[in-house]
Amino acid sequence: MSINTTEKQATDFNVEMPDADGHFGIFGGRFVSETLTAALDELQETYEKLRNDPDFQAEFDKELAHYVGRPSPLYFAERLTDECGGAKIYLKREDLNHTGAHKVNNTIGQALLAKFMGKKKVIAETGAGQHGVASATVAARFGLECKVFMGSTDVERQKLNVYRMKLLGAEVESVTCGTKTLKDAMNEAMRHWVTNVDDTFYIIGTAAGPHPYPMLVRDFQSIIGRETQRQCDEQIGRQPDAVVACVGGGSNAIGMFHPYIKYPEVEMYGVEAGGLGLEGDDHAAPLSKGKPGVLHGNRTYLMEDENGQIMGTHSVSAGLDYPGVGPEHSWLKDVGRAKYVAATDDEAIEAFHKLTRLEGIMPALESSHAIAYAMKLAATMDKDKVIVVNLSGRGDKDIHTIAELDGVTA
Amino acid sequence: MSRITKTFERLAEEGKKALIPYITAGDPDKATTVPMMHALVEAGADVIELGVPFSDPMADGPTIQLACERSLKHGTSLRDVLGMVAEFRKTDKDTAVVLMGYLNPVEAMGYPEFVEQASAAGVDGVLVVDMPPEEARSVDSMFEEAGLDFIYLLAPTSTERRIKTIGEVGRGYVYYVSLRGVTGSAAIDVEDVERNLDRIRQHVKAPLCVGFGIQNAEAAARVSEVCDGVIVGSALVSRIADQADNPVQAIKDVTGLAGSMREAMDANAAAEV
Repeated sequence: MSINTTEKQATDFNVEMPDADGHFGIFGGRFVSETLTAALDELQETYEKLRNDPDFQAEFDKELAHYVGRPSPLYFAERLTDECGGAKIYLKREDLNHTGAHKVNNTIGQALLAKFMGKKKVIAETGAGQHGVASATVAARFGLECKVFMGSTDVERQKLNVYRMKLLGAEVESVTCGTKTLKDAMNEAMRHWVTNVDDTFYIIGTAAGPHPYPMLVRDFQSIIGRETQRQCDEQIGRQPDAVVACVGGGSNAIGMFHPYIKYPEVEMYGVEAGGLGLEGDDHAAPLSKGKPGVLHGNRTYLMEDENGQIMGTHSVSAGLDYPGVGPEHSWLKDVGRAKYVAATDDEAIEAFHKLTRLEGIMPALESSHAIAYAMKLAATMDKDKVIVVNLSGRGDKDIHTIAELDGVTA
Repeated sequence: MSRITKTFERLAEEGKKALIPYITAGDPDKATTVPMMHALVEAGADVIELGVPFSDPMADGPTIQLACERSLKHGTSLRDVLGMVAEFRKTDKDTAVVLMGYLNPVEAMGYPEFVEQASAAGVDGVLVVDMPPEEARSVDSMFEEAGLDFIYLLAPTSTERRIKTIGEVGRGYVYYVSLRGVTGSAAIDVEDVERNLDRIRQHVKAPLCVGFGIQNAEAAARVSEVCDGVIVGSALVSRIADQADNPVQAIKDVTGLAGSMREAMDANAAAEV
């Protein structure tokens, strides 16, 4: 039987994950129709060749430095720390990247893969629009044709990002099937890819999907954790006691976590969208409340009903509004290496205001979930302890949502 | 010998090709499915592919997506679908039934329970779109022991190595996807299918059935010349969509189309002899 909880004691965190077929323990893998197999094989072969190719890595590093603006700062949030009265809180400022979030680390990497594979067209799925914008941006940068699939509900609530994508030259396709949100956008992108697989590269936005996507997205995002390690050495002379990141699909979190997996003294906390609270169904917290299943090409924790149908999710932040999660997180949860918790809509909104007022940094509502939990955690820890929070994106895109909640009509 | 294999042997003796209609269970409502299955057999179906509705049918075009939505509106579950097969089997012991769908409802039920109940209900084969042979390896023997044929897809993009693997593990028949795309896409290119089937036949002993893009009787007849069976899904399901409020008429329209395909395929086979 394939479905068993992974043994906690037996895990060796120095072993490279995933295995050759893309498995993280029982999670991950490649659960796709035969019609996609050849395309995924081609991608896997290309990536395996380029992964350790110094020329490819040099080009990736160059783009990150001069186009994205890396390294992003590690910032000591002194006033926020004082407010919480416990551990020191540092922020990894992914919000300062070009396009305003961590997403671009991955889209640059995948656009370079597309270039090496000779594909002239790229497609992407998007929820809040951040990955769509990051994809449209790199498509402009590399001269690729770009089509972005977006649920019609999200098109409506993220109008500004839709317009940004159009300005960048991308075509936005509004998806009207299913729940009309991120998961349906991903279904539609897969369908488009199957039909146009010869000339099209699919830029998946999170560390989920069929192998090799969870691995390559993680590799591209791991720059976050590697930089944090170097910056902690330089700035505080040691590594943090805990790292905290929000988890939707989980790409910013895995980017922060992955380089720390083999250092068990560093605790890792993934913060899911608790929505209106974990006691009901109005949340997007598959690791906290879901169970293992198969969706979008990988086995992972899912929000599903008793018959295995995927449930609609709720979060104030569109970027966390997804019923699944990257398979490496499912594995980290089961082996007990990372802890997964949740912050509600209200807690995230409160954290948004706190950070904005105390530090002059307006976080994305996604990242506000991480801030909310980090504030709680810091208060329980001694003052000589250190927490690093991945501030995955900036909050400009959410001002409209916040204004509506505050009853302000902008 | 499985009911599917028996069916293909009988057809070979008669010099005929299999007609395999697909319908989504519970579309337009739960009560219509079993009568529609019987009516399809009446109209000449040899095997019935019964779709298990799923919330996220990634490999399907709009026609079957909407069928899933219509069915799920009534809460059709995998257990309900197994109940329909058991009901159908009460009076039909000969027509093979293949469940077609996505993996997650099976994962949610659990493999041992699914295999036991499917076998008890009288299911003959299972086609799980998002379960490739590599991932099925750990559960394959469970299906085989229960007498369930694991049916796999092959595509125009399948490599030789892949064709060999599926030739080794596929049972019942192999479903050749005739084009690049989702169900219900463009019309079929018979010459292209023929070339690919020649390539596949070198490694696959199981009967080769062709689906995707077969929209009418003429196309069914032409495709049947180059393969062992013709699978028709979206063309039938769109008839159901047109009469979703009138299930009696939906059954008439679906069987009308299936019957015309049967006639055209048989006329073709007779002319060849």
